[in-house]
Amino acid sequence: MFDNLTGRLETFVRNLRGQGKLSETNVKDTLREVRRILLEADVSLKAAKAFVRDVQEKSLGHEVLKSVTPGQQMVKIIHDELVSFLGGASEPIRFGKSPSPILVVGLNGAGKTTTSAKLAAHLRKRGRKPLLVAADTFRPAAIDQLETLGRQIDIPVFSGDRKNALKTVADSRDYARELSLDCLIIDSAGRMAVNDELMNQLQEMQDAIKPPETLLVVDGMTGQDAVRSANAFLERIELTGLVMTKLDGDSRGGAALSIRWVTGKPIKFIGVGEKTNDFEQFHPDRMAGRILGLGDVVSFVEKAQEAVDIESAQKMADKLAKQQFTFDDFREQLHQLKNMGPLESVLGMIPGMKSIKGLQVDENQFVVVESIIDSMTPAEREVPKIINGSRRRRIAQGCGRSVQDVNRLLNQFEQMQKMIKRFGKKGPKFPGGFPGMPGF
Amino acid sequence: MGLFEKLKTGLARTRELTVGKLSNFFSGRKIDEDLLEELEEALLEADVGVDSVDQLIETVRERVKLDKSVSSTQIGEILRTELSTMMIGPDSLGANRLAKKPWVIILVGVNGSGKTTTAGKLAYKFAKEGKKTAIAAADTFRAAAIEQVEVWAKRSGARIIKQATGADPASVTFDAYQSVLAHEEDVLIVDTAGRLQDKHNLMQELSKITNVLKRFDPDLPNEVLLILDAITGQNGLSQAHGFTKAAGVTGLVVTKLDGSAKGGVIIPILRELKLPIEFIGIGESVNDIYPFEAKAYADALLTN
Ligand SMILES: Nc1nc2c(ncn2[C@@H]2O[C@H](COP(=O)(O)OP(=O)(O)O)[C@@H](O)[C@H]2O)c(=O)[nH]1
Ligand SMILES: Nc1nc2c(ncn2[C@@H]2O[C@H](COP(=O)(O)OP(=O)(O)O)[C@@H](O)[C@H]2O)c(=O)[nH]1
Ligand SMILES: [Mg+2]
Ligand SMILES: [Mg+2]
Repeated sequence: MFDNLTGRLETFVRNLRGQGKLSETNVKDTLREVRRILLEADVSLKAAKAFVRDVQEKSLGHEVLKSVTPGQQMVKIIHDELVSFLGGASEPIRFGKSPSPILVVGLNGAGKTTTSAKLAAHLRKRGRKPLLVAADTFRPAAIDQLETLGRQIDIPVFSGDRKNALKTVADSRDYARELSLDCLIIDSAGRMAVNDELMNQLQEMQDAIKPPETLLVVDGMTGQDAVRSANAFLERIELTGLVMTKLDGDSRGGAALSIRWVTGKPIKFIGVGEKTNDFEQFHPDRMAGRILGLGDVVSFVEKAQEAVDIESAQKMADKLAKQQFTFDDFREQLHQLKNMGPLESVLGMIPGMKSIKGLQVDENQFVVVESIIDSMTPAEREVPKIINGSRRRRIAQGCGRSVQDVNRLLNQFEQMQKMIKRFGKKGPKFPGGFPGMPGF
Repeated sequence: MGLFEKLKTGLARTRELTVGKLSNFFSGRKIDEDLLEELEEALLEADVGVDSVDQLIETVRERVKLDKSVSSTQIGEILRTELSTMMIGPDSLGANRLAKKPWVIILVGVNGSGKTTTAGKLAYKFAKEGKKTAIAAADTFRAAAIEQVEVWAKRSGARIIKQATGADPASVTFDAYQSVLAHEEDVLIVDTAGRLQDKHNLMQELSKITNVLKRFDPDLPNEVLLILDAITGQNGLSQAHGFTKAAGVTGLVVTKLDGSAKGGVIIPILRELKLPIEFIGIGESVNDIYPFEAKAYADALLTN
């Protein structure tokens, strides 16, 4: 989380204060640490080195600001540089003459078929009329998979003779014209980039249809191989864009930096789940935060702002500042959290959230927790310290839960209060005036 | 073809790539910081992870400090030994597999890691050994997952046990076990849906699958194999922890080693979790599964 990263860099740049400027000697250790952080996030070594070199140039000669700590300043420089490395604003899909082909390629199991379906649904929302083309004749039931997905989202799928991928792709044009569809999304078979034979086939396919858009789909959990395999694809075919999948998990996603660096192509979309609407535009700033372990603070704040009314957030902020967080406040926060959508995805965006011991991301826990709080007296909610053994038993009986449940909640609550105290002392304040949420 | 040969063939295409350069620069080189740094970088590029690489390089540095006569070629040997020691976990099941009848194996892992393919390859292997095998299609979620198992069952000569898409995977498993008992089959392989390890509800679903089997026999399942894609970076560690917690993983299978990825993340995994690596996958056809050998794997990481 933000605090950790700042802290980690802080130890290296502690002595910078009073020196006026960041110099080669005083940023060297810091940069070594940055390299380490990037490697831990699965940024490939070569990309990490290139990036660090860049940061070094950018940071040399920088004034050490008085208002922030050198650690914070370094984090800012690194974060901004990472954002620019990851690319500017999201670029749209390119189209040529109708029916315009979009070729989807990648390693085995990266998420090509799922991404093809997601992209089809996405483009239809923007007024396109896509045809899904099942050109993976190799993996068992790959065609059935695309056909099933097509049915689910009500988009036509062309499977040709189910045997010859090249012919299927060639024939799909006429089929699309017949149905007055204006773009082809071609789901190709997965292949290892070192497999010459299969890479030749891909080259042939691209030569035959000359797609204005070829998307490389990359698994968000990929490690160092990202550079090797992206390079190998790039040597054989033309790529115009990238898609990162499976970013709904807890991987740091450093491969985004690697593939972006090695291909120079824009990351156009990200996959954040198995369902066809779990598909988002790529935001370099969020990705940068994720790679650095800052949590997806931006998305979190956006969601929070939609769901929480500012006034009660302000009230909560005041309480937190005075460190008077009670069970009544907690209950209110639970209600607000519930309004923000699936708990799992919301909590996932908060830096450090996953590391809190015993805090399980389970919607059912809400019901348990609320019932326990409801069973407390107003005095107990206000001053939880008074809840002794006999009170615990009474509370447990009152809500039909076990004493262990009550104990667990009290422990978690205590941890939360500690965290709030920490946050209260040294930030971070979530931008947009919503500091309350670290409480949960 | 022996395992090592096959593994080398599988990795042959990557020889000219990063790690492959290693043994070239070993011979006749001076042992200095440059050499150590190159070594460090090669290991990092194999996904071995910063902490483990630090430890490996430190070991080499110590050895060189203690014994000034160590040659650069010997460094390769030291590193290889150190790596394979790190990879030696508890013994893999080997010949003890199928000690009970029916033997139940559950395959778990993140999305797209190679579970279904591994189920097919294992079924084929058991069939070749003359064992009657069934595969339970317990991925009832992903589009056409059941059809995919059907193809693999046909290829391997195993019987498929399935319900409709959307059925409860624990109940598919429960019925499958009963059915395997009734058919007096030797092996039941349960192919589960992919899930990311930090999705609490999905992980609970996995616990449910193992728990229904325990109703028959507390020793079940006999094996829970975590299927790990060789391309996985440091997230592999989180996968190993998450799946072990939810499903009691007993061993690992590393897949897709025929690509350019090295699968070095098993080093930090094995350092933290004492698990055997039961198999490796190096291709998409029924035969492309092999037992794991630490030395061969270390060689594949290091040699060309
Ligand atoms: N959690 C998650 N799973 C995904 C995502 N994209 C794809 N998958 C899953 O990853 C697995 C492989 O996807 P698939 O589209 O079949 O990959 P392909 O082999 O490249 O066509 C399937 O289980 C998909 O449901 C994603 O963004 N998040
Ligand atoms: N090259 C290669 N591909 C593999 C290997 N194991 C699985 N695959 C491929 O990876 C993709 C996903 O495999 P699958 O078994 O469906 O994964 P699951 O989602 O975990 O069940 C498919 O295209 C498989 O053919 C392997 O060892 N080598
Ligand atoms: Mg596919
Ligand atoms: Mg599967």
